[in-house]
Amino acid sequence: MNDPLLIAGTPLRSRLFVGTAGYPNQQVLLDSLEASGAELVTVSIRRISLDAYAESLVDLLGGTGRYRLLPNTSGCVTARDAILTAELAREALETDWVKLELIGDRDLLYPDVEQLVHAADELVRKGFVVLPYCNEDPVACQKLADVGCAAVMPLGSLIGSGRGIANPAAIEMICTRSPVPVVLDAGIGTASDAAQAMELGCDAVLVNTAIAKSHDPRHMAAAMRGAVDAGRLARLAGRIPERDFAEPSSPQLGLVGT
Amino acid sequence: MTRLRINGEEAEIAAATIAELLVQRGIDAKARFLAVALNGAVVRRAEWPSQPLSAGDTVEIVRPLQGG
Repeated sequence: MNDPLLIAGTPLRSRLFVGTAGYPNQQVLLDSLEASGAELVTVSIRRISLDAYAESLVDLLGGTGRYRLLPNTSGCVTARDAILTAELAREALETDWVKLELIGDRDLLYPDVEQLVHAADELVRKGFVVLPYCNEDPVACQKLADVGCAAVMPLGSLIGSGRGIANPAAIEMICTRSPVPVVLDAGIGTASDAAQAMELGCDAVLVNTAIAKSHDPRHMAAAMRGAVDAGRLARLAGRIPERDFAEPSSPQLGLVGT
Repeated sequence: MTRLRINGEEAEIAAATIAELLVQRGIDAKARFLAVALNGAVVRRAEWPSQPLSAGDTVEIVRPLQGG
């Protein structure tokens, strides 16, 4: 249970990764990150305002040394832009790690697998530790592992949809076959979804909107932390086989009145 | 004056290098977590004072922000 998750040889103390976008305010974000126990937290890379440069929350987070910042390439629709964004992130944050996102449809935020594999291949060659947000497709995940990705991050359901794990059988299949860690990314709506992901065999879960947009992000962050731990324990303990008929749990000998 | 495209916007700038451009734009070049690309390639921080700018160059100046 306490075995750390290893990604590219780096041990991570928490199997819950947390996004930093969309919280009601800065204090709630800081409190929620604290409550989540997360070590790896995601950030985006954006053009600075040319009118005024002010210290951002990310400057604060990055300066504490408590969190490992994982930059993403969110919003990129071409491999070229995603690769440049990753290179800018490496320069800005002094990290080789990147959450690679390549979006093929702006309404669905669904990955463009063809470009994703191409960009992942390029970035691995440039020395990046690539964690791609991808479809819940065992073949796509295998291709991403084959080009050297350090993990795969299949979606549970659409980003921000809160619909949980739409295809648990596919996620379980990916977990069974993947040679690299599997991180469920996108679609988590509440704590039981995170627990389910871990029960299916995922190595970690990435949550943003389900925490940030809940009524009480601090409590939801704590709930996600508990759910990831519970799901991991349940997975390791092993669920019982399903049966068609009832199986009494109390002894059948010595019943009163027989 | 040099005509550049900075973060997607055309601008006339009297700056000969990346470092001068940042100063002109009120950006502290010593601030952490900044990165600059010139014509699609990252320019390392150490090269900002020496990297010349030419008319028609495209410059991206970025920083990390909240993200998922």
